[in-house]
Amino acid sequence: MAVQTIKISLIGNPNTGKTSVFNQLTGLNQQVGNYPGITVERKQGTVRLGENTKGTVIDLPGTYSLNASSMDESVVIELLLNRNDKDFPDVAVVVTDVENLKRNLLLFTQIKDLEIPAILVINMADRMQRKGISLNIPYLEEQLKTKIALVSSRKGTGINELKELIVNYKYLPTEPCLNASSIDPDYFDKLRQAFPNQLLYKLWLVITQDVNFGQLERNEIEKSSFTKSKTELKRLQQKETIKRYQFINNVLKQGQTVDTAMAKDLRARLDRVLTHKVFGYVIFFSILLLIFQSIFAWSSVPMDLIDEGFSWLSSYTSKNMPPGKLTELVTEGIIPGIGGVVIFIPQIAFLFLFISILEESGYMSRVVFLMDRIMKRFGLSGKSVVPLISGTACAIPAIMATRNIENWRERLITILVTPFTTCSARLPVYAILIALVIPNRMVLGFFNVQGLTLMLLYMLGFASAIISAMILNKVLKTRYKSFFVAEMPNYKLPLAKNVAITVIEKTKAFVYGAGKIILAISIVIWFLGSHGPGEEFKNAEQIITNEIGNTQIDPDKLNDKIAAYQLEHSYIGIMGKSIEPAIKPLGYDWKIGIAIVSSFAAREVFVGTLATIYNIGSGSEDEATIKERMKAETDPETGKKIFNFASGLSLLLFYAFAMQCMSTLAVTKKETNSWKWPLMQLFGMSAFAYLVSLITYQLLK
Amino acid sequence: MKNTLAGLKKGQKAIIVDFNIDLIPLKLLEMGCLPGNLVEVLQIAPFGDPIYINVNDSHVAIRLETAFEIDVEILTP
Repeated sequence: MAVQTIKISLIGNPNTGKTSVFNQLTGLNQQVGNYPGITVERKQGTVRLGENTKGTVIDLPGTYSLNASSMDESVVIELLLNRNDKDFPDVAVVVTDVENLKRNLLLFTQIKDLEIPAILVINMADRMQRKGISLNIPYLEEQLKTKIALVSSRKGTGINELKELIVNYKYLPTEPCLNASSIDPDYFDKLRQAFPNQLLYKLWLVITQDVNFGQLERNEIEKSSFTKSKTELKRLQQKETIKRYQFINNVLKQGQTVDTAMAKDLRARLDRVLTHKVFGYVIFFSILLLIFQSIFAWSSVPMDLIDEGFSWLSSYTSKNMPPGKLTELVTEGIIPGIGGVVIFIPQIAFLFLFISILEESGYMSRVVFLMDRIMKRFGLSGKSVVPLISGTACAIPAIMATRNIENWRERLITILVTPFTTCSARLPVYAILIALVIPNRMVLGFFNVQGLTLMLLYMLGFASAIISAMILNKVLKTRYKSFFVAEMPNYKLPLAKNVAITVIEKTKAFVYGAGKIILAISIVIWFLGSHGPGEEFKNAEQIITNEIGNTQIDPDKLNDKIAAYQLEHSYIGIMGKSIEPAIKPLGYDWKIGIAIVSSFAAREVFVGTLATIYNIGSGSEDEATIKERMKAETDPETGKKIFNFASGLSLLLFYAFAMQCMSTLAVTKKETNSWKWPLMQLFGMSAFAYLVSLITYQLLK
Repeated sequence: MKNTLAGLKKGQKAIIVDFNIDLIPLKLLEMGCLPGNLVEVLQIAPFGDPIYINVNDSHVAIRLETAFEIDVEILTP
């Protein structure tokens, strides 16, 4: 017998544990992708339902209703209105939270109006007793015209019952729970007469949405005489909402009893402390400090291992593969390129571990509440806090985390300023430059000047993000209305499984988002560095050997000298030299120029490139050696040190401000759907970096 | 003088009377912020904005500019 496949859509309000139900149903059988053309995440998984039955489950983005106010939400409506969509569900599983049943049922009644077979999942059933809630399930099933599964995704109970209901979806009633068209009978009668073949509620949704879907139908309707003013439509939507709540309240009056004495809970007490005007901030900043401390402490070990592992792999392959262009490509282009991506995984994973614990527990919403007023002053939203913190790991998942900011203007500003925060790729650059030009001594007894400089650079990152937001807020003229609605979910103990899945997803977003580009540019830069026009590049070996003449020289040293000479005359060397006039006033020579050019793959390439230029020899990226070599580097004309306090500081500031990350530009383009904004980041940030570095060097030299 | 939700002190309860429909996000209506419903101010953020309310058992934070558009009848002093 052929295997029967049931198409299931998981739908529900945010914070109902919908994703936990999804994880329980599918285990790790899930794929995350994007909806075509837009960046909304599309999660799909499979579930075994029986001998010959399986299900494909789509976890639709959380939505409060079928009235879309964001891109995420319009995906849900688009799918549910289009019976021809290949993902159109055989059965809709609507997930609700037992503590928020009233509000969650609003969406359920709307889905019922679309006449799609729907199962009502009442989640977090394990909390019922503690909260003094009891439900009359048979009564609710009868009134809501559905089947109910009482589930605790936390404890894993009720999942089998849910699977059974899914298998028997054909027996589910499809009639609506209430007659929504009674809010304006005249209007809906006319509508019904004009489009007799269409589902009435579907027509109504198409009329009221701002989003573009089912375009054909929409045009058809707009041509007819059914257009109402925006205010009128919204009034009707309000009426509709009231009507639905009336129905829900009546149902719940009999179907649900709540012992209010028991409902008094932890929330109020925790809120009092966590949103306190003094303690709230103290707690938040302590948590932040703790997070950063532990990220640095914990990720240094795996990062060192990865670093060593990839250098070993590189030298191993170069020894064991036949010499030639292909081997060079692998050992000098591809392996270091992949290594440059993998090295950041520990930091990114740890940061998102913390962030997802804070989000899962419900604490992050309190931070949003605490910070909104302050952030609003700079044209940002309380919801910009998470992206800005995430930006200290990597701007790519950070920019993707701006999606829940409802206000487009605030979201755009957040996207534009996030790259200013000190991401992990800046760290290796900072580390080596600080060690080079900042004295290693104590001030005030216990502050290490080098450590202090690093901290100042971090604060500079946040400060420049905030200040540029303020400027953008003044400059940008958009006519978007500001609104802000943040749900304050109940406090919960984070589920390990959910946290783990979030961490894996965010890390994947970095690896695939940034990884591809970093790898590609690494290969391009390898090519530009290992090929050159003209005789000097081709005959480098000859020239150097002639130069040395008969003096005895270590063959390794000779090879390094040849490599450096080749790099100088390669394409990238020529690029470095040709920008020298522009960067000289900043205190850099053409060698640093090369490093800056190659930093466009990812900033940390700076260190590796300098290692090659200063002919330390490939493979040995030993920091101490590079530092020694950089220290000794002098200007051939003036005899002064290249890396002095002035040029070092100028370079630090350049890396702090300049937009040197192709992957970030790519993700900005994707999220804003326009080239205008990434180009603005590129030129705005880089011009600012140039200016600051110029002033710094000229004042200090 | 008309009272608005923005004028409520922490811990005060009120009934929603009316609001300016053009300036209230639909999402808020859907969460149960509708005429006739009970609303309680649970917390007020430092600097007085945003406010954290319980309306219709929905716990949600909104900005003062939105709260100004919601007329209420105060229940508790």
